Amino acid sequence: MRRFGLFWWDFVVGDDWRVAVGIAVALGLTALLATTSAPAWIVMPLAVAAVLWLSLRRVAAG
Amino acid sequence: MGVTRGWRAALAGTIAASAVLAVIVAALGPALTVIPIEVLRLVVGALLLVFGLQWLRKAILRASGWRALRDEDSVFEREAAAGRTAASEEHAGLDWYGFTVSFKGVLLEGLEVAFIVLTFGSTQGSIPLAIAGAAAAVVLVVIAGIVVRGPLSRVPENTLAFAVGVMLTTFGTFWGAEGAGVDWPGGDASLPLVLAFVVLLSLGYVSALRRRRLALA
Repeated sequence: MRRFGLFWWDFVVGDDWRVAVGIAVALGLTALLATTSAPAWIVMPLAVAAVLWLSLRRVAAG
Repeated sequence: MGVTRGWRAALAGTIAASAVLAVIVAALGPALTVIPIEVLRLVVGALLLVFGLQWLRKAILRASGWRALRDEDSVFEREAAAGRTAASEEHAGLDWYGFTVSFKGVLLEGLEVAFIVLTFGSTQGSIPLAIAGAAAAVVLVVIAGIVVRGPLSRVPENTLAFAVGVMLTTFGTFWGAEGAGVDWPGGDASLPLVLAFVVLLSLGYVSALRRRRLALA
């Protein structure tokens, strides 16, 4: 059962769980902003840029 | 597996995994069509983004020199050596190592493809069209393989991974935001702009990481 769970974790989340968490937070923020008059579409492109850079920097920093 | 452990177990593993995949697709395909489109786009967008960013991250690290480019020849040699030295154990008249490795490989890669085809099809309202696109891609790859008659090492793997990462991230960003309640300025016409953004962003990161690597060298 544990191996089954690990398989799905690895299949979906991969080797950097922070990316999945960052995307989940960004989608939540987008959903919140979408109920207001603010331009909510800007959140996801910015989140993608930030999450990707942070993940890359972790590797580049060693 | 076919070359190192024998074709019987390898083909049996491939056929068994294909059958499991067919069952999963047959069960998931109709189920996806009854889920509200906003929920589907949110979930699919999130998953595509997580998959896409993993692909993109690895491709950017390889392109900028922070990770070694995948060498298909050495991967083949390593896997073949592992296959030759693995212990021999028979179940149901089959070499169990050859069967399970083939089964696992086909099922895992197939699941990823099935997920992409089903989700793209269902979010755009035409699973048969998505399946036709996937089938066309298979035919093209087979034709390219016959025309080129070269080993897999000739395939520009990192370029392909980069392109797949960019596409998954683009669609993930677009559908994820739509599923969260966003109306993109210009509707579907903004999709090419999101694509351009992801491409420029990725190339910018490759350039920045390359400079950083050279500065540290």
